Amino acid sequence: MKKESGLFILLIVLCATVCGVEFYNQLASKEALHLPRFLSEANLSNTANLIGLFGIFSIGAGMIIITGGIDLSVGSMIALNGMLLVLALTEWHWFWPLGVAFALAVPMLLGLGHGVLITRFKMQPFIVTLCGLLLYRGAARFIANDMTKGFGDAAGFKTLQYLASGTFPPPPPVTPPNMPPIPAPWWSASVGVPMPFLMLVVIAVIMWVVLHRSIYGRYLLAVGRNEEATRFSGVNTKWVVASAYILGGLLTGISGILFAFYTNSVSPSTHGNFYELYGIAAAVLGGCSLRGGEGSIIGILIGTTLLLVLQNLVNLLNIPSSLNFAVMGAVVLVGVLADQIFKNRASRKGAR
Amino acid sequence: MTTSAPLLEMRGISKGFPGVKALDNVSLTIGRGEVVAICGENGAGKSTLMKILGGVYQPDAGEILMDGQPLKINGVNDSIKRGIAFIHQELNILGNLDVAANVFLGREPRNALGLIDRKKIHADTVPFIQQLGLEVATRKGLDDLSIAQQQMVEIAKALSLNARLIIMDEPTSSLTLTETKRLLELVCELSGRGVSVAYISHRLGEIEECADRVVVLRDGKNAGELTDEESSHDKLVNLMVGREIKNFYVQPKGTKAPGFFKVRHATSSLHPGKFVSFDAARGEILGFAGLVGAGRSEMARAISGVDESTQMEVFLDGKKLSIAKPRDAIDSGIYLAPENRRTEGLVVEMTVRENISLPSLEKSSRFGLINRRHERKIAAEQVASLKVKTPTIETRVLNLSGGNQQKVVLGKWLAMTPKVMILDEPTRGIDVGAKAEIYRLMRKLADGGTVILMISSDMEEILNVSDRIAVMHEGEISGVLERADCREDNVMQLAVGKKIPAAKPALMN
Repeated sequence: MKKESGLFILLIVLCATVCGVEFYNQLASKEALHLPRFLSEANLSNTANLIGLFGIFSIGAGMIIITGGIDLSVGSMIALNGMLLVLALTEWHWFWPLGVAFALAVPMLLGLGHGVLITRFKMQPFIVTLCGLLLYRGAARFIANDMTKGFGDAAGFKTLQYLASGTFPPPPPVTPPNMPPIPAPWWSASVGVPMPFLMLVVIAVIMWVVLHRSIYGRYLLAVGRNEEATRFSGVNTKWVVASAYILGGLLTGISGILFAFYTNSVSPSTHGNFYELYGIAAAVLGGCSLRGGEGSIIGILIGTTLLLVLQNLVNLLNIPSSLNFAVMGAVVLVGVLADQIFKNRASRKGAR
Repeated sequence: MTTSAPLLEMRGISKGFPGVKALDNVSLTIGRGEVVAICGENGAGKSTLMKILGGVYQPDAGEILMDGQPLKINGVNDSIKRGIAFIHQELNILGNLDVAANVFLGREPRNALGLIDRKKIHADTVPFIQQLGLEVATRKGLDDLSIAQQQMVEIAKALSLNARLIIMDEPTSSLTLTETKRLLELVCELSGRGVSVAYISHRLGEIEECADRVVVLRDGKNAGELTDEESSHDKLVNLMVGREIKNFYVQPKGTKAPGFFKVRHATSSLHPGKFVSFDAARGEILGFAGLVGAGRSEMARAISGVDESTQMEVFLDGKKLSIAKPRDAIDSGIYLAPENRRTEGLVVEMTVRENISLPSLEKSSRFGLINRRHERKIAAEQVASLKVKTPTIETRVLNLSGGNQQKVVLGKWLAMTPKVMILDEPTRGIDVGAKAEIYRLMRKLADGGTVILMISSDMEEILNVSDRIAVMHEGEISGVLERADCREDNVMQLAVGKKIPAAKPALMN
């Protein structure tokens, strides 16, 4: 918990710094003082949306890291998944709930495949999912003939589009020109919470219960710490490890659907590129150890938020966007280094 | 250099570890070209003495002389420089490199470019492996060689270092009969060439065959020496045993039910083709004695479903059990407190509470969610009843002492109802006070109707705690001793594979 609060303070400091710099710029340019752009409605809503999108699969990446594994295939899985959803809805004209089920089942099956290769055939998670990264990217490009495919006007699956990329409460309906105005229902609002953020909240609550309150979560943590001792205690450790990859697949699948609607089209060669690294960075920054057995949902959430606020900061403060990755890398490095230094100091104190 | 001085002399060597005095005023002399066998029970101090020679440990007291000159061995490299080579039981080889690279590891000949001179390294290796009669190419990877051949490569390395003394720690423990014969011949050849050999072995036959002299250690002290002419099986065993043993055996109170727990044909990959079968009574503590490597832990792992044992049959209270995985054994009430507490018994980074509840979490939960109050209650109960010394149940296990860690291992099983409790080296590395508590606890469990199987390499413990002792030798039970026959010499005779009249067969029919 100490670690999470430290990260949370870092996050607050970061937000305050952005606002401070913006105020300073306003003063320097002798503008009238106004709300910093960071706190503007559009920026908050956009950032929340991104946190939702990235947070969901980062939780999955975290679960896998907690077992002592890693998943490098997330980005490609999101591309493949998005492409399958586009094709199912726009070219094969499936009923949309069926398309959604399909887009969730495929990554879960791929996760199961990873799990079986890792537990039964004793392959290393890094290799298995690296091959996944290459394979699924290739598959996504192949089935789309390497062409970008979009949802168009979402005819037939407006509900899904709203669920995946709308805001809650929904905005009042737009009146078409030359028509009498449609009265807005009482529950509509011009500013709403982006759906992906809401979903992240729901998923995070569920996953918090799973990781921190359920038997399964305890087994996940135990397997990551010491698989042998956990097996001696009668836990089916192979299944626990494999199931983490299935769970990761499910969360990646949900993220993939949301991402497809966020971009509204999927270009198979770039969609989701490097997302696995965002997930890993968020989880590690949030306190998951790549050695396994360590991590928390709140940590992963704060890690994700930190990364996305950083990106936001790069934009708002007019830092060249080419430095985007460099800033992220530096922050993860410093964060993990600081944690390690604290730990070393604590263990030295304990030894004394 | 005085030629009359022996090659090596160790005088009054003492070495203590926390809680134990491993060596107490031990002396050892090794002449040039002499083969000296060092034997004794498990824990007699053989390995510690050799590790001091090899520079692994520094002695607390005593001196070492080489060629009559005092010698200080500060580390492994020091010892190698003085011509002492140590061939460990677990071979120190790099399986991914070839023969030549292993022999010259760290001393690779360089060419003009500073790279390894490949021609020279192979050419230089050939004479050494020919000397040993090892017929393999120097370019062969070590992983492709048999264990006997790998051992030869280690000896070749020792020779290339101009070793004057080669220490071999149980060199034949994983060799076949013909390989063992070849190794013993080689030991004689080495001694003929003036190389001395210090040979640790449990196998008395080998010792009689190749040693010029046998030095016996007992409880970290010199117990005596025998020359080749004097040495015999019985004299050796007599020297190895004969310690004073305090009697703290407690009579069982409960009624025994013989045949309550039956194991038939337990197997392990360590001793293929050998079977372990025995009966145990409800309410008894059945001790398993034997030398290291006799297959006792493997038997325990098979019975508790950790390792696969396809032909094994287990009967509990007349019912046949099928045990294919740990959960099967646990659900039947068969629990294992394994030998390696910290790697197999506990998740040491987790808390006392989390460790105690791990195998029984399902009992503290509803719909897959843990009832934390119930979990805490169970953990607190075990901590209280076992008197685990821990600040709170939320303390991480790695911060506890060895004895308290072992109590946590027991606590996780006692939180359920054990029918058969297997304890593998239950008091290894535990202080005297905690030991006594664990013995009392075992007796209480047995009196309450649990079958206790206790594997122990501690002679005092096995003699004093067990109601009967099954002695194992190379993957089989070589005999079972009733309480009246539980004496050290009987156990030792059976442990080295000798038949004695006092021993009963493991199965009566």
